[in-house]
Amino acid sequence: MPMTKERKQELDQLCHQFRVELIELLHSIQTGHPGGSLSCCEILTALYFEKMHIDPKNPKAPDRDRLVLSKGHAAPMLYLNLAHKGFFPVEDMKTLRQINSDLQGHPCAHKTPGVEVSTGPLGLGLSAGNGIALGAKLNGYDYTTYVLMGDGEIQEGGIWEAAMTAVKFKVDNLVAILDHNHVQLDGTNDEIMPMGDISAKWKAFGWNVIECDGHDVAAFSDAVDAAKAHKGQPTIIICETVKGKGISFMEGKNTWHGAPINDENYANAMKELGGNA
Amino acid sequence: MAQKIAIRDAFGAALKKLGAVNDKVVVLEADVGSSTKSGLFGKEFPERYFNVGISELDMVAMSAGFATTGLIPFCNTFSVFLAGRGGDPINSLICYDNLNVKLCGTYCGMSDSYDGASHNAMSDMAFIRSLPNMTLISVCDAVETEKAVFAAAQIDGPVYLRLSRAPAEVIFDDSYDFQVGKGVTLTQGNDITIVATGYMVQKSLEAAKLLEADGIKARVVDIHTIKPIDRELIVKCAQETGAIVTAEEHSIYGGLGSAVSEVIVEECPVPMGFIGTDGFGESGDYEELLSKYKMDGKAIAAKAKEVLAKKK
Repeated sequence: MPMTKERKQELDQLCHQFRVELIELLHSIQTGHPGGSLSCCEILTALYFEKMHIDPKNPKAPDRDRLVLSKGHAAPMLYLNLAHKGFFPVEDMKTLRQINSDLQGHPCAHKTPGVEVSTGPLGLGLSAGNGIALGAKLNGYDYTTYVLMGDGEIQEGGIWEAAMTAVKFKVDNLVAILDHNHVQLDGTNDEIMPMGDISAKWKAFGWNVIECDGHDVAAFSDAVDAAKAHKGQPTIIICETVKGKGISFMEGKNTWHGAPINDENYANAMKELGGNA
Repeated sequence: MAQKIAIRDAFGAALKKLGAVNDKVVVLEADVGSSTKSGLFGKEFPERYFNVGISELDMVAMSAGFATTGLIPFCNTFSVFLAGRGGDPINSLICYDNLNVKLCGTYCGMSDSYDGASHNAMSDMAFIRSLPNMTLISVCDAVETEKAVFAAAQIDGPVYLRLSRAPAEVIFDDSYDFQVGKGVTLTQGNDITIVATGYMVQKSLEAAKLLEADGIKARVVDIHTIKPIDRELIVKCAQETGAIVTAEEHSIYGGLGSAVSEVIVEECPVPMGFIGTDGFGESGDYEELLSKYKMDGKAIAAKAKEVLAKKK
């Protein structure tokens, strides 16, 4: 069912709030990855607040939907979603990346409620997702497994091993999502490792491919519905996104992959977001 | 001469047997199912058998996903590829989250002898042993293999099972009380202890016979669990025999010899010697290779005499 205007406004408002909280947080701790967190803000927020069947009070329910954040460096945006969803107190966010915290620099399943698989080394999440999704079929559950990957990440060969496996075993209860922000740590995809026609590559591997605007929660939500309805082969939603989305001086800049936010940049970012620095 | 059964055949049969009594067991394979013998399980339980082709990284990471759903995945390929290609997800997914995955590396050591050094697994234990949460088991005969497969399924956490391709003499009978983490004393003797694992157990028994002819009574101990190692037994052997030789089909760095010496230097320092490799192997007949690279009964006996000379 298409998303109502009112619901879209609510989710857009939530995304805006997450951007503000992300910038405040990463400025305060002077570490963490802003660029790739901002590009997947709408994707994660639409999943956690619209699409996923999850219960923070029962985070291990066997029939819950699962999300694997294969691009683990976007952990801050994942944690914001989990905290506001109620998996742990929002005030814990300030302990991110600090000693003795349950909020590690990269997602850690045995420390953080709501995290399904520990990630960080890129290129492993799709394989893990295949196991989770095939486990659903063997165990008789109809949950959906979501795997969010980065576009730099799919340079890892293991992703294409997993792409073949998903097709062979008809993993149609898994929805892969590509945060296609065109930028990686050292530069743009084109500069570092040109990816060619990404959509054609996945199609050639036997996947159902849906393309959408990754910053439009309604369009993304429709794409998820279409992906779930598609049977017999796995689906990937290729989300066109902007690295650093929402902060003009971060947009499309590889230097904001993992750079600390200084006071001046913080003030400028908050001005753009309409908040107070 | 004792009956010989190939470890891989015993493993394949055990896995199939386990599958019949435990429907949580799923088996993953990377296109060597007729070599690892995981194919026997696949034939019996096709819906629980996942041959992912030649993609070890994918297989290991996928098994981590299975484990999060309560299933018990057994991953199979050659040891050298399992620990090498699969190393990243073994560390970052399976051990980090203490996932219930069984990693079965067959063709360990030089047992895939004709394929040469590229197919030897001489460093896998060094890496695997260093990983937190890991249990490392290295079996010596068909009976120990079956018992280890069933024991691994009972452990809630990662297990690396090190298996040989070679036909191995059957040392144990069905009454064998296999316990993870507990070594087994095979021969009595108080002059020196030979601590062995895997195929080197039968070679150590040969060495003990050679030594006996020279009036030396060697105690042979099978350490099938390299991690957690049986500290108590090793200390007892050091105290009672005053000298130790370790024997493994692996590099002398980081495997059984290192594990035993870590215990010895802390608890009861005695002269030690190490049987294992320090360099790459080559193609050839398995038994001839073991002799050339000083991993046979004669070499173990010679090492024992060398260490005995240092004993006070």
